[in-house]
Amino acid sequence: MVSLVAGVRRRLPASTLGRNLLLVLAALVVVVLLLELTDPFRNSQLATMSYYAIAAAGLTVLTGLNGQISLGHGALMAVGAYAMGLLLNTGVVPFPLAMLAAAAVTAVVGVVVGAAAARLHGPYLAGATLALAIGVPGLAIHFDGVFGGEQGLQISSPRPPDWFADVIYFLFANEAGSAKYFAYIGWLTLLAVLLLLSNLVASRYGRVWRAIRDDEVAAELAGVPLGRLRVLAFVVSAACAGLAGAVLGIVVRLAAPSGFTIVLSLSLLTAVVVGGLGSLGGALLGSALLVFLPPAVTGLGMQAGLTGVQAAQLAPLAYGVVLVTVMLLAPGGAMGIARALWHARPRRRFAQQPANTHRMDEEPSTTDATEPGGRT
Amino acid sequence: MTETAALEVRDLTASYGPVTALDGVTIRAERGRITAVLGANGAGKTTLLRSVSGLVPTSSGQVLLGDRELTRASAETIARAGIAQVPEGRGVITELTVEENLRLGDLLGTARRRQRHRLEQVYALFPVLAERRRRDAHSLSGGERQMLVIGRALLCAPEVLLLDEPSLGLAPQIVAQIFGVLRELVDHDGMTVLLVEQNARSALSIADAGFVLNLGRVVAGDSAAVLAADDDLRHAYLGF
Amino acid sequence: MVAPTAVPRGAATTMSEPLIEGIAGRNRRTMQQFLNVALNGLSQGAIYAAFALALVLIWRSTRIINFAQGSMGMFTTYIALALIESGRSYWVGFAVALLAGLLLGALVERLVIRRVEGGPELNAVIVTLGLFVALQALAAILFGATYRSFPAPFGLHGFDVGGVNIALTPFNLFAIGAVVVVMLALVALFRFTDVGLRMRASAFNQEVSRLLGVPVGRMLTLGWALAAMVGSLSGLLIAGGSLVFPAYMDAVIVYGFVAAVLGGLDSPVGAVVGGLVMGMTLSVVSGYLGSELVALAALAILVTVLLVRPRGLFSRTAVRQV
Repeated sequence: MVSLVAGVRRRLPASTLGRNLLLVLAALVVVVLLLELTDPFRNSQLATMSYYAIAAAGLTVLTGLNGQISLGHGALMAVGAYAMGLLLNTGVVPFPLAMLAAAAVTAVVGVVVGAAAARLHGPYLAGATLALAIGVPGLAIHFDGVFGGEQGLQISSPRPPDWFADVIYFLFANEAGSAKYFAYIGWLTLLAVLLLLSNLVASRYGRVWRAIRDDEVAAELAGVPLGRLRVLAFVVSAACAGLAGAVLGIVVRLAAPSGFTIVLSLSLLTAVVVGGLGSLGGALLGSALLVFLPPAVTGLGMQAGLTGVQAAQLAPLAYGVVLVTVMLLAPGGAMGIARALWHARPRRRFAQQPANTHRMDEEPSTTDATEPGGRT
Repeated sequence: MTETAALEVRDLTASYGPVTALDGVTIRAERGRITAVLGANGAGKTTLLRSVSGLVPTSSGQVLLGDRELTRASAETIARAGIAQVPEGRGVITELTVEENLRLGDLLGTARRRQRHRLEQVYALFPVLAERRRRDAHSLSGGERQMLVIGRALLCAPEVLLLDEPSLGLAPQIVAQIFGVLRELVDHDGMTVLLVEQNARSALSIADAGFVLNLGRVVAGDSAAVLAADDDLRHAYLGF
Repeated sequence: MVAPTAVPRGAATTMSEPLIEGIAGRNRRTMQQFLNVALNGLSQGAIYAAFALALVLIWRSTRIINFAQGSMGMFTTYIALALIESGRSYWVGFAVALLAGLLLGALVERLVIRRVEGGPELNAVIVTLGLFVALQALAAILFGATYRSFPAPFGLHGFDVGGVNIALTPFNLFAIGAVVVVMLALVALFRFTDVGLRMRASAFNQEVSRLLGVPVGRMLTLGWALAAMVGSLSGLLIAGGSLVFPAYMDAVIVYGFVAAVLGGLDSPVGAVVGGLVMGMTLSVVSGYLGSELVALAALAILVTVLLVRPRGLFSRTAVRQV
C-alpha cells in the first residue's frame, strides 16, 4: 500500500499547478459520486459542509500560515451573506456574479480589517477580532430597513435550472432537488477555492507568509514588506469567508444576526485547529466535524435523557473541549498526527520524494506542528 | 579537607537538548571561604550555578548542602534550604521598589534561621540603597542594582551565596567595593561564597580557592594562589 | 449579541418623547438625558473596571488574556441564581458565587492554563477560547438557554432628586460600592501583605522569585483565583435586576478587554480608568445612537487606541508590541 502511494507520487506531474489540478479533478469525481449516492438530507448536510470548508480553508491560510488568529470570520461571513442576499433579491444579478461580488465586497472589508490587524498579534488580534464578531451583527439591526433587523434578510436563492435536472437524471437517474443543486454550487466553489489556495500556499507568497510566521524579525531584515503581506493574507482569507457567506446565503436562504454569533467564529477556529493549523486538508476534515458531529452528539444526548434544547448545546460543548484538548495534547491537530506517523516511516522513503514537491498538507514542518503560533 | 564542605557538587551532568553543558563536574566550596569558578564563555559556569539552584534540570550527579541532599529539588526548596543565588544580569525585579526587593529576601530568611542580617544592616552595608528605598528598582544604576541583589541575598540568611559574574559591566572601583563587602562577609560572618567569574584575575585576587571549567569539565582545582601561579593554566584557560 | 444591560434605563423613553414643548422644557430634558447617560455610564463603567482589572491581573502574571473570564463569571452567576431560586437569600448566592469563582479560577489555572503557560501565545489564546465556548454550552445544558431574570438586593428605581427621577438606583450604588471595596481590598493585599508582594514578584520575574524561595506556581494559581473572583463579581453585578442567559457576558468580555488595553494592559490603575472611560463612552453611544452599536463603538475605540497609542494610557513599560 505504502509503495503504491509512493509510486503514484512519483508519477504525478512535476509542477504544483498541474498536480493540484489533477487532485481537484479526482476530488470532483469523488464529490459527484458522494452527492449522487446520498439522499437529499445528506446532500444538504454536504452543502453546509461546503461553506464551512470554504471559510475554514481561508482561515487556515491566515492562522496556520501567517500566524494571525481571527475570531472575526463569522462576521466576515455575515458580510458575504448579506451582500449575496441584497444582490440576489434585486432579481437581476445572476448568482455566480453575485457570489463573486459578495467575495469582492468582503475582500474590501478585509482590507480595512487587515490593515488594522496587520499591526496586532496574539491576544491583541484575538481581542480586536472578537470585538468585530460581536459588533458587526449590530449593524444589521441598526440599519434594519436594508438588512431586515433581528428577523434577518430573506434570500431568493436560485432554482435548479431544467438543464441541471436533465443532466442529473440522464447520468444518474436521480431527481435533482434544490438541496442537491445547492450542494453542487457549494462543492464546486469549494474545489475552486482549494485549487486557488493550494497554489497560493505553494507559491512565493506562501513561503513568505511562513517565513513571517516563523521569524518576523528575520523576515523583515530579509526585506519582506511585513505589513503589506499580512494585509494580503487577511484579504485572501476574508474573500474566502465572503464566498462562504454567499454559499451560506444560497443554502440557508436567510441572513440573520443570530446566524453569525461568536460561536460561528469559534466553530471555524475549532475546524482549523482540529484539522491542524495551516493544512487545507485539515480544514476540510474539521468542517466535516462541524457538520457531522452535532447531530451525532445531539442524538447521544437525547438518548441520555437530555431535552432537545440541552442536547443541542452538546455540540458547542464538544467544540470547546476539543479546542482545549487538542491544544494540550496534540497542537498539530489531526494532520499533525498524520504527519508525525508519516515521518516515523523508514528514512528511505524520503529519497523517493521529488525535492520540489509541496503537498499542501505537508507545509508546516514538524516543529511548527507543535507550535502553531510560532514565535512572535 | 576532612570537614564536610558547605556545598559539594559531585559528578554533575546537565544538557540543553543534544548539547552537554556540564559533563561530570565535581567541586567543593569550603565553609567560610570564597571559592571561584573560572573559565571562558560557554565553559558551563552559569549552567553550574543554575543547576545547583534547581533552574536547570540535571541528568546525573549530586548536589549536597552540608549533609543535605538537594539533587533535583525545586528551586524554591533549594532557596529555602539556604542557597541564595545572585543571578547574572543583576536579577533585580525592576517593577518593585528597592525596599520591596529587599523584603522578598527577608520573607525567606526570617522564618528559618536566626537573622544574620537585618534590613538595617544591609542599609548600613550599602548606604545608597537606604537613600533609594522607596524608589522603583528600575531607577537604579548597574552598580546599585548589584548591591541590591547582594543585599537581598544576604537577607535570605543563606548558608551559601552563589554569585554569577558580579563584576560584569561595572566600573573597577564599584567592583572593588563589592568584592570588599564579600570578603568582609566571609571573614567576619563565616559566610560561604561560590563566585563565578570570567574576569579570572580579579576573582583570584579575592578567592581562597578556585576551579577552572572548560567545555563542561573541571580541568583544574586548587588554592587561588596555586592557580594564579600556574602559567600554563592561565594562558590556556584564564586569559591573563 | 448586544448586551441588554448596555441600555441605559430610562434613556430610551426620554428620546422618544414628543418634541412639541417649550425650549426651556427641551433644554431641561436634554440636560436630564445627559445626566442619566453619565450616571448610567458611571455604574456600568465601575463594573467594566472590575472586569478589566481581573484581565490585567492575569495578564501581568501569565501574559495570557483570559477570554473565558466572561463565561466563568456567567457560570458562577448561574450558581447564585440556582441558590436564590431554591429559596436561599441573595447574599448566600452572592457569597457562594464569589467562592465558586475563586475555585473555578484556581482549577482552570492548575488543570489547563499551566500546561500552555510560556508556550506559543496562540495556543493559550485558543485554550481560553475553548473554555469560553465550553462553559457557555455547559451553562446552557445545566441551567437552560432561556432568558431568566436575576434579582437585585436593592431597589431598581432611580432616586428622586428635586422632583426629577434620575438614572441612579440603589442597586447602582451597591454595584459601585462593591467594586470600590474589592479594589481597595486588592490594593491592600498587593501593597501591604507578604503574599501580595510574593504574587507581584512572581508576576514580574518568575525565575528570580523562585531563587528567593517564592512558590511561583502557587502564586499564579492564587492570582487566577482572585482574578476569577473579581470576574464573578462583575458577572453578578451585570446580572443584578436584569436578565441572564448563557451569552450575556459576551459583550462584556469585549468591553473589559478594550478597557484593559486602554489602560495599558499592565496597569491596574489603567484598567480601572479604562473601565470608567468605556462605561461613559458606551453609555453615550447607547443613549444617543442606539444600543446595537455599542459593541462596534468598543471596536472603534480599541482600534484607535492600538493604532494611535499602543502603549495605552497608563502603561509603565516603555514599548509594547501589540
